[in-house]
Amino acid sequence: MTEDLDNVTEHTVDVLVVGAGGAGLRAAIQSAEESAETAVVTKSLLGKAHTVMAEGGCAAALRNVDERDNWKVHFRDTVRGSKLLNDWRMAEYHAKEAPDRVRELEKWGATFDRNEEGWINQRPFGGHEYNRLAHVGDRTGLELIRTLQDKAVHTDDLDVFQETTVTKLFKDGGRIAGALAYDRDTGGLHLFQADAVILAGGGFGQCYKYTSNSWEYTGDGMALAYEAGAELMDMEFVQFHPTGMVWPPSVRGLLVTEGVRGEGGILRNSEGERFMFDYVPPIYEGEFAADEDEVLRWLDDDDDARRPPELLTRDVVAKAIHDENEAGRGSPHGGAFLDISWRDDEYIHKKLPSMVEQFEELAGVDITEEPMEVGPTMHYAMGGVRVDPETEMTNVPGLFAAGENAAGLHGANRLGGNSLSDLLVFGKRSGEHAATYVEELDDAPAIDHDEVETAIDELMAPLENDEGADPYDLHEELQEVMDEGVQMIREADNMEAAIDQLEDLWERARKLSVPGGTSYNPGWHRAVHVPNMILTSLAVARSALMREESRGAHVRTDFPEKDEEWGDVNIVIREEDGEMSLVTEPSPERPEKIQEIIDADPEEVSSEAYGAKEVMP
Amino acid sequence: MAAPAETTQADQPSSGPEEPPRGGQATFEVWRGDEDDGEFETFEVETQPGMVVLDAMHEIQADQAPDLAVRWNCKAGKCGSCSAEVNGHPKLMCMTRLEDLEEGPIHVAPMKTFPVEKDLVCDVSWNYEQNEEIEPFDGRELETPAEKEKGEFRMQQEDLDRVQEFRKCIECYLCQDVCHVLRNHDKYDAFQGPRFMIRYAGVEMHPADDGDRVEEIWDEGGIGYCNITKCCTDVCPADIEITDNGIIPMKERVASEKFDPLAMLWQKVRGED
Ligand SMILES: Cc1cc2nc3c(=O)[nH]c(=O)nc-3n(C[C@H](O)[C@H](O)[C@H](O)COP(=O)(O)OP(=O)(O)OC[C@H]3O[C@@H](n4cnc5c(N)ncnc54)[C@H](O)[C@@H]3O)c2cc1C
Ligand code: SF4
Ligand code: SF4
Ligand code: FES
Repeated sequence: MTEDLDNVTEHTVDVLVVGAGGAGLRAAIQSAEESAETAVVTKSLLGKAHTVMAEGGCAAALRNVDERDNWKVHFRDTVRGSKLLNDWRMAEYHAKEAPDRVRELEKWGATFDRNEEGWINQRPFGGHEYNRLAHVGDRTGLELIRTLQDKAVHTDDLDVFQETTVTKLFKDGGRIAGALAYDRDTGGLHLFQADAVILAGGGFGQCYKYTSNSWEYTGDGMALAYEAGAELMDMEFVQFHPTGMVWPPSVRGLLVTEGVRGEGGILRNSEGERFMFDYVPPIYEGEFAADEDEVLRWLDDDDDARRPPELLTRDVVAKAIHDENEAGRGSPHGGAFLDISWRDDEYIHKKLPSMVEQFEELAGVDITEEPMEVGPTMHYAMGGVRVDPETEMTNVPGLFAAGENAAGLHGANRLGGNSLSDLLVFGKRSGEHAATYVEELDDAPAIDHDEVETAIDELMAPLENDEGADPYDLHEELQEVMDEGVQMIREADNMEAAIDQLEDLWERARKLSVPGGTSYNPGWHRAVHVPNMILTSLAVARSALMREESRGAHVRTDFPEKDEEWGDVNIVIREEDGEMSLVTEPSPERPEKIQEIIDADPEEVSSEAYGAKEVMP
Repeated sequence: MAAPAETTQADQPSSGPEEPPRGGQATFEVWRGDEDDGEFETFEVETQPGMVVLDAMHEIQADQAPDLAVRWNCKAGKCGSCSAEVNGHPKLMCMTRLEDLEEGPIHVAPMKTFPVEKDLVCDVSWNYEQNEEIEPFDGRELETPAEKEKGEFRMQQEDLDRVQEFRKCIECYLCQDVCHVLRNHDKYDAFQGPRFMIRYAGVEMHPADDGDRVEEIWDEGGIGYCNITKCCTDVCPADIEITDNGIIPMKERVASEKFDPLAMLWQKVRGED
């Protein structure tokens, strides 16, 4: 191969992991520990992936704060939060294995906050019945990524390629064979000959203007998978976090952790009303506090008191803030007021230090004295690559996906804190199963030269084209299209218009042009990302148009209710004859025993013995 | 617990300034070049309320210089990617508001202590190499039956507090940039720098760590080179008391464990017990 690709550095590994966030690092550590030669590539520096931003915590039924908790309640909360649309088998693995994964991090040096007895402390979060989130103040993601980063650099058989972007996956007779990547810093090319590839590239927040997500979130993992013949699923479910900053404009979209509400933060409208009491949906009837008095007792650890309605699931709270604005009761910049200032200053500083700093430095607001102004911001992709629940392998042999890049665990709505645990549980599983897959292969797949050359030509084209569209302009247009047409609240007309515009953008993105060379050239980097974002946006828009009901994060004004017919099907996307084809497929059927857990009262589930090690029914 | 006071519209503060104090326009002098050479290039940028230096760099990329190299991720002071020298001060570009800078053109330059890759992006790989050399956390066995049953270390919050302070580090390397031992004296071979002094402190002071890195802190770490100027602490965006809480106690530990007889003398000289 070297004769015609001499400016390409070649690497031969067993497992290539795309992404060094929580999912990618956990996968790589596992794969290397199973003695597979493993390489991890990441678009940014090590330790900077999106996971570093996670604030509130990592959900796991450790039972350190509330003995009534156990995996079944966590499982139940996750499935109900997903509006019964997730893969219950993934939810079961997740709930059962999360405690071990969290404790394992502690063995690797993580320092979670302690409760009074000296065990890992757990905080309450939306949709979780009991205090469940292991945390480190409001910088849990930093602790998680730093721990995994230190573990990874001291693990044998594991190489990290920083600031390296994968642009293409290759196959050999249907099986995955490797990937092409470029070094963002020098522009040098890398060809990874890999028997298995794990996609852990995160989500696609950059398709929207107001998002809590960083520049890395351009849907690469979804686009790479789709182009390699893997299926995408649940793409219509995009989580808008109810509390993003809304002012000043420069920080619009930046996240305000749900931890603020977990610690007693109150949402009010412009008339000073605590409006969330009016928005408890039927499925949660009777599970939330009826008045302020009960909330105060709950904050004082009264077991009989129920949670504040601010801790309803994210879809519900985001929609409520939207409705208050529609009714003319919004805050000056189109959001609501979130007030934690009634709590003790010292407590706020201890529990929410980075929120104090974020508001002080970026908005000039002292949250210990005054309320914050907050509103919905694009936050998380529930959809992604469809995988086998046990192994995390896609329909393409040798191609795996984990973390936000994958679909299945969260259905129509993700609970806060369930992502960090997702990364750990399914990161580990994907690493383990990728290593096993490689071990069991009879012959190594090979990469076809011609395909590599074509991929390199495509990658270099924007630098060589004298004329073509400007990727910055296309990106801006794309964000406008998605903000107009496929936001949190949706309608057929708007979505149809958005799809037309996206198709047009897709055509224009075929020929991009950027000035400069290959060395650290953000224009070129954006040229690589723009087609991925358009493709992902098309998948979101088409799925959203197809699902003619409202469920979880997917809210339609033309179909405002849940529809039973849509209640047990997922929308699956695959490429057929060069076209994006969408089909509905039945969600995995839930056995009776499982359904019982979901329907049960939390107290009933809790009264049973803790059975984390039980086998699947 | 006190009841939350009702807030009415009248009490609501205006969140942030309504008018851009910088008059809607700012001049930036941005360093452009590579490891061999470069110069400051001037850009005019329209400003918005609350704008930070990183926003301005993005405006420049979008309209004037699409190939301007800038490293960033979170835009929220959480990832430590966007370090640079703004008007000569080591800063996170995403946390530096234009309103807080003195009048006049704003100078933006890459960190001086590390080789430039391109424009504002430096090669910080030396730091990653240092981290790989440091003996990582070496957890003790679970001891009591309660610990074994639970599968966790039993640790009190007050014993973890000081380690957690060091773990707030976002690896922005601004402290490395400002430390004169590296910046002016180029002692890269001898001193690993303040970021890694607190990395040592973070594992050494961990209540469940069994490792012993005293020799390493002295030999490879080169803690002796630090003469406690505290410049590192002054620039740390994570507000870590690098010197007082990290380096000084580590120096004392090295002194008492490595140079025991001397240490006693030293402590006497310092008038400590
Ligand atoms: C502000 C914020 C706060 C959050 N708080 C919480 C919380 O408290 N609890 C919780 O559970 N969840 C939280 N979440 C969600 C959670 O942090 C993310 O979903 C999760 O970290 C995603 O992890 P990941 O490993 O899947 O991907 P990431 O951590 O995003 O990593 C993706 C990796 O893939 C790499 N990559 C992408 N494309 C390519 C490519 N083409 N080539 C090479 N590499 C590539 C990136 O460089 C990166 O290394 C929060 C999210 C945000 C934005
Ligand atoms: S206190 Fe020590 S480490 Fe910090 S800047 Fe001064 S000499 Fe460097
Ligand atoms: S110690 Fe502070 S200044 Fe130094 S790298 Fe860490 S966060 Fe940055
Ligand atoms: S971009 Fe993350 S710290 Fe500035």
